[in-house]
Amino acid sequence: MQTQEEIKKLEAIIQESLAEAKKQGATDASSGLSVDTGLSVNVRLGEVDTIEHHTSQGLGITVYFGQKKGSASSTDLSPKSIKETVSAACSIARYTNKDQYAGLPSADRLATEFKDLDLYHPWQLEADAAVDIAISCEDSARQFTEISNSEGASVDSFSGLHVFGNSLGFLQGYATTRHSISCSVLGEKDGNMERDYWYSVVRNQQDLESAEQIGKKAAERTIKRLGAQHLSTRKAPVLYAAEVAGGLIGSLLAAISGSSLYRKSSFLLDSLNSQLFPEFMHIYEQPHLLGALGSAMYDAEGIATQAHDIIKDGVLQTYLLSSYAARKLGMESTGHAGGVRNLSVQSGDQDFKQLLKTMDTGLLVTELMGQGVNPVTGDYSRGASGFWVENGIIQYPVEEITIAGNLKDMFQHIVAVGNDIDYRGNVRIGSVLIEEMAIAGE
Amino acid sequence: MQENTNLQLAKQALLLPTGLQESDIHRVMDQLMTGAVDGGDIYFQASHFESWVLEDGIIKEGSHSIEQGAGVRALSGEKTGFAYSDKIELDVLLNAAKNVRAIARQGQNRKLAVASGGKPAAQLYAPLNPLRSLQDQEKVDFLHRIDIATRQLDTRIEQVIVSMVGVQEHILIANAGDSLVGDVRPLVRMNVSVIVEENGEREQGSMGGGARSDYSYFLDEDKAMSYAKEAVRLALVNLEAIPAPAGTMPVVLGAGWPGILLHEAIGHGLEGDFNRKETSAFSGRIGERVASSLCTIVDDGTLEGRRGSLSVDDEGTTTQCTTLIENGVLKAYMQDKLNARLMGTQSTGNGRRESYAHTPMPRMTNTYMLAGESEPEEIIASVKNGLYAKNFSGGQVDITSGKFVFSASEAYLIEDGKITQAVKGATLIGNGPEVLTRVSMVGNDLELDSGVGTCGKEGQSVPVGVGQPSLKIDSLTVGGTQV
Repeated sequence: MQTQEEIKKLEAIIQESLAEAKKQGATDASSGLSVDTGLSVNVRLGEVDTIEHHTSQGLGITVYFGQKKGSASSTDLSPKSIKETVSAACSIARYTNKDQYAGLPSADRLATEFKDLDLYHPWQLEADAAVDIAISCEDSARQFTEISNSEGASVDSFSGLHVFGNSLGFLQGYATTRHSISCSVLGEKDGNMERDYWYSVVRNQQDLESAEQIGKKAAERTIKRLGAQHLSTRKAPVLYAAEVAGGLIGSLLAAISGSSLYRKSSFLLDSLNSQLFPEFMHIYEQPHLLGALGSAMYDAEGIATQAHDIIKDGVLQTYLLSSYAARKLGMESTGHAGGVRNLSVQSGDQDFKQLLKTMDTGLLVTELMGQGVNPVTGDYSRGASGFWVENGIIQYPVEEITIAGNLKDMFQHIVAVGNDIDYRGNVRIGSVLIEEMAIAGE
Repeated sequence: MQENTNLQLAKQALLLPTGLQESDIHRVMDQLMTGAVDGGDIYFQASHFESWVLEDGIIKEGSHSIEQGAGVRALSGEKTGFAYSDKIELDVLLNAAKNVRAIARQGQNRKLAVASGGKPAAQLYAPLNPLRSLQDQEKVDFLHRIDIATRQLDTRIEQVIVSMVGVQEHILIANAGDSLVGDVRPLVRMNVSVIVEENGEREQGSMGGGARSDYSYFLDEDKAMSYAKEAVRLALVNLEAIPAPAGTMPVVLGAGWPGILLHEAIGHGLEGDFNRKETSAFSGRIGERVASSLCTIVDDGTLEGRRGSLSVDDEGTTTQCTTLIENGVLKAYMQDKLNARLMGTQSTGNGRRESYAHTPMPRMTNTYMLAGESEPEEIIASVKNGLYAKNFSGGQVDITSGKFVFSASEAYLIEDGKITQAVKGATLIGNGPEVLTRVSMVGNDLELDSGVGTCGKEGQSVPVGVGQPSLKIDSLTVGGTQV
């Protein structure tokens, strides 16, 4: 198979770089290499806007002189450049300090099982065919009379080869693909424009949502937002729609990641085995799901990934640690260098409509803006738009408001998680209902 | 005719090591400019980057990276074809040119010679190499010195992270029918962040600066320690802060970095691409009043040594100072070549790209509001009950609806014309086309930011500058928790 041959070639480059590091005096080294190729096509108002051909590559190497560390990277994979890159890393390691926690992971934690996770499905997509798909996607959105303008529709297809090795003898590579279709359109009402979008992203092109469906959803989402009103300042229940609920879990993951913990820049210090969520909450990780976007057999250091309960019965079961963070905290690596892989938040039995009913009167949030989360304190205040809901029924779109609270408190006051799961991201989650938040408006 | 230094340096850095000749560039251009292609360029770039991080009192990490390659672009009507490669080699570039010109299939072949020479742009920064401006030992000694001095500032300091980044970029741009343009761009950035703890409560503070210069910039006037002191001050202020109010009230914005409001609320909406596509809340509004008559806003790429400045933009156009809003009236959009051509106007030198692997777009450089006449104290004194927002972290805008949001990292209540209690967690939200119509006072204290801004658009990051005098907005929504 051609990709296997390609991977072999890249593995040879990794070996060469590791050997060069040893030759230049490094006691240990790790080295990673990615090669990506792809096609991106964007159409707008029925015409081609851009056609981009992507080809990029990069080698990154980390060397250790005892417990002194240096890193370097280059886009040039020639033997001369590899030598220079290794030499740049070694030169830096001469000036960094000895860090007693630095070093490669312990050899017995390195992955030894390398299952094919079904992540590679090349799509023989020519630019012309991609343009046709994008046009049909945008056309399907523009059929709605309320759609007045378009930012266009895009089709993207990427393949990548990823190889990683270290001086403990680990050397592995795998191929991935990633295909997506997206569409963003505008509508106008009373002189005010609104825009919304929809997308699908998958490993296997056959799993893509149809171009027509994506265009239709983008249009429907835009149209629903037209005629948005302001809200007065108040407290109310807030329902995070599935497509924005993942952000809440993102804040949790950042707060329980090793680097936030050892820097004490987390609002969840010393929270292992604490009841962070209501008892019905269960959050788990499945790194070996076939064909999923986050899947991998090993983490960014080569440590075997494994299934984890992150939250069980509302209680925090594990931090997310790389070897470095683990040593620093006096713990064991959890195989989370590079983050979590395929997280799921267990749903209750309510669908979206039932959640609206449970909320009765409150705010449905479908878009969030800005970065207003303080990771040290958990203070949370973000720009929002969405819909005002009364008696379980959507009344009118709202915008130019903020929702605020403290994440610790918000986690404790999750009322329900819907079964309307958004499967597109690394975090699979349904809509999340929070008992009450502060809403600032007029 | 003697070529200007930057062009010579760029050729030396990009062509010499790759063996590519100027005649090869002409061949690629000829290959590119066939059929109905009505514009195109080749962008060569070599970027050397390093970073040093001190944490827990030790130099924990350092990294060095080299990125180089070339991007080939063909333009035909509204269409763009683009390909790039990490390899600067003739056959790779010829192939890229063949691929991208396919966007325009019909038409006559056109041969456009690439002239050499031409009038060089004014150089706004010396062709320095920050990476070599200090010995590596001097860099790490410097970071240690800052760390030790920072820890002595206050006993409540728990954690100090000091980082320093240096970049040198060589750029060579071949434009259809125009001369080669070269630029050598230095950029340095430094940051000090601290975590303080008192009675079990923790807060963070962070401050930094940067410029198109080398590391000596941080040694002058003890700039690095001024960042450290400011980071500690911010963290301690927030330790005392109470939850922010929620609701609509008068807001006074401090001078300098709060100019990020102009960048988000106004600037993005005035970029040419959005206006050509009529997707901006400011589309078709040139000549209309969009701000109070106290407001004059410019985008100025020509400020010497500033983070957002460029001698030439990434399409080879000399940068300029563009008046966007004059006494409240919308005057101009910011343009790159493609959007300028389609809108029947000229590029304003705002065509920027993150790297050779990205296509250019209209982007801001240094965007700021000119000074007014009010004393800052007089502005505060005019507010009965409101918010004084002195520092901000990030912001975001939806250019279509005009809604923008940004988060205050230092804010205070104003009560009876006086700054009183510090508040935390204040996010401001508003509508771009409306917000400046509510500006009722503009200070005489124009300041530019310290050189920390990075702007993201469609996945591309570029360094930018912002600035403004103190100003008063009569009503803006403050998103705290105290309802």
